[in-house]
Amino acid sequence: MNDLRALYQEVIFDHNRSPRNFGRLAHANRRADGHNPLCGDRITLYLDVDEGGVIRDIAFEGQGCAISTASASLMTEALKGRTVAEAHRLFEGFHKVVTGEGSGEEIGKLAVLAGVRDYPMRVKCATLAWHTLEAALKGTEQPVSTE
Amino acid sequence: MNTVRPIPEAGAPILDVERVRRDFPVLHQEVHGRPLVYLDNAATAQKPRAVIEAVDRFYRRDNANVHRGVHTLSQRATAAYEGARETVRRFLNAADPREIVFVRGATEGINLVAQSFVRPRLRPGDEILVTEMEHHANIVPWQMVCEATGARLRVVPIDERGALDLEAFHRLLGERTRFLAVVHVSNALGTINPVAEMVAAARARGIPTLVDGAQAVPHMAVDVQALGCDFYAFSGHKVFGPTGIGALYGRLEVLESMPPWQGGGDMIRVVTFERTEYHDVPHRFEAGTPHIAGAVGLAAAIEYLEGIGMERITAWEQTLLRHATARLAEVPGLRIIGTAPEKAAVISFVVEGIHAHDLGTILDHEGVAVRAGHHCTMPVMDHFGVPATARASFAFYNTLEEADRLVAALHRARELFGL
Repeated sequence: MNDLRALYQEVIFDHNRSPRNFGRLAHANRRADGHNPLCGDRITLYLDVDEGGVIRDIAFEGQGCAISTASASLMTEALKGRTVAEAHRLFEGFHKVVTGEGSGEEIGKLAVLAGVRDYPMRVKCATLAWHTLEAALKGTEQPVSTE
Repeated sequence: MNTVRPIPEAGAPILDVERVRRDFPVLHQEVHGRPLVYLDNAATAQKPRAVIEAVDRFYRRDNANVHRGVHTLSQRATAAYEGARETVRRFLNAADPREIVFVRGATEGINLVAQSFVRPRLRPGDEILVTEMEHHANIVPWQMVCEATGARLRVVPIDERGALDLEAFHRLLGERTRFLAVVHVSNALGTINPVAEMVAAARARGIPTLVDGAQAVPHMAVDVQALGCDFYAFSGHKVFGPTGIGALYGRLEVLESMPPWQGGGDMIRVVTFERTEYHDVPHRFEAGTPHIAGAVGLAAAIEYLEGIGMERITAWEQTLLRHATARLAEVPGLRIIGTAPEKAAVISFVVEGIHAHDLGTILDHEGVAVRAGHHCTMPVMDHFGVPATARASFAFYNTLEEADRLVAALHRARELFGL
């Protein structure tokens, strides 16, 4: 059970039980849907981005496993107040960590999801919210799919 | 662990599970430091040594193309391939080996029927009847022919137990119904459908029928003549044979009425640039070099099952199903999805507070392999309002102790999640 704890850290359970920034954002000016057809995880991401490219507010709704829910919750916490350019950089850093290419130093609290690197089947769960973010920022109309 | 061992009823055939387990090399390994408990048989079943060795022997000794050569190896390969057809005939109790078409699997068999038999017969407004518990493979091919012809799909609903609403079925079977395609055993719910009754009702109205038997043939004896269906499709890999091979049964007169589906070598008699004369059934439907080793492996799997006896397999699996169902009821927050009175040993479930995908990962760490997802039956998931389920699907080589290991692993998952 010890190595499972590396994947399922307490912080992940905490965010799974009480996801932060959960719900609809009435004043959102960016929005995207994400879907993992293999496991049925769904997410809708709402963003309020100002003219200067700063993410003033962000929220999500949907349903998913503990990994995808915690990832979405942690992502919204990490992005509030950041610029769009910083969000892209953070995603790159996060993606490297969960695919085993990065150390995780530059992504702060998001590094609690680093355990996913030992579970290739679960990388999609951890990155669903982030792919949805990219779609929202690009203004993609089509729902994002991890397939 | 308070495992109650059921005492077999007097006269019931007894399966020596420890003995059959020895025939399956893959079962004897550790996963994450624990003995493997393989409960994903509905996705694909493990192969007995007899199958592995039959394929190995074919490639080592007999490999050649079929129906072409005059040399010895070609004759051996042809005899093995056509011998396998006869073995499948016996397995399904078809009347004639020409009624057995080798295909890649149940999916290809259904697509063949959809395109070659059903599509030319459809007019706008015609109806194809399926059930709410169909696998995507028995939904999408019909949607494709409906799209091409203007016909429409009608769906027989299921009840809260996951059993078919038979009254609705009889109501939906109407003047416009041109075809009935029904799953024999649901891969997501375990439900065994009363296909004989359904086929009889369709036949009484002159409606041809296909039964998707992919999940039935591993669990029970199937007799296509007794069922009375026009088509019956199954996959080799779910019945302990190789992947990439399966069989479609079609009644001879029906098969003979059908045009070829795919064109190519071996399905013709004469080809000129002006015209082509097609081969007789079933070769007309087997264009190109077939999966010869696959057919040989499938025949070995069937012979292996015949050696044990399907009756004995069904009896043991029902014991496993009863035991596992009772033990799973002890897990707080666990809900079984699919509680029809007639079930095969397939148990889909959700655990409150833990997503099926998380369950899949945690159980794997305990050495227990289950499926987590929608099982290619998204309408079933919609019906029960769940995004996904975990599914434990048993085969005759599973033991009562393995069902107990599943239950213990679920308790650990709840512990880990702080439930």
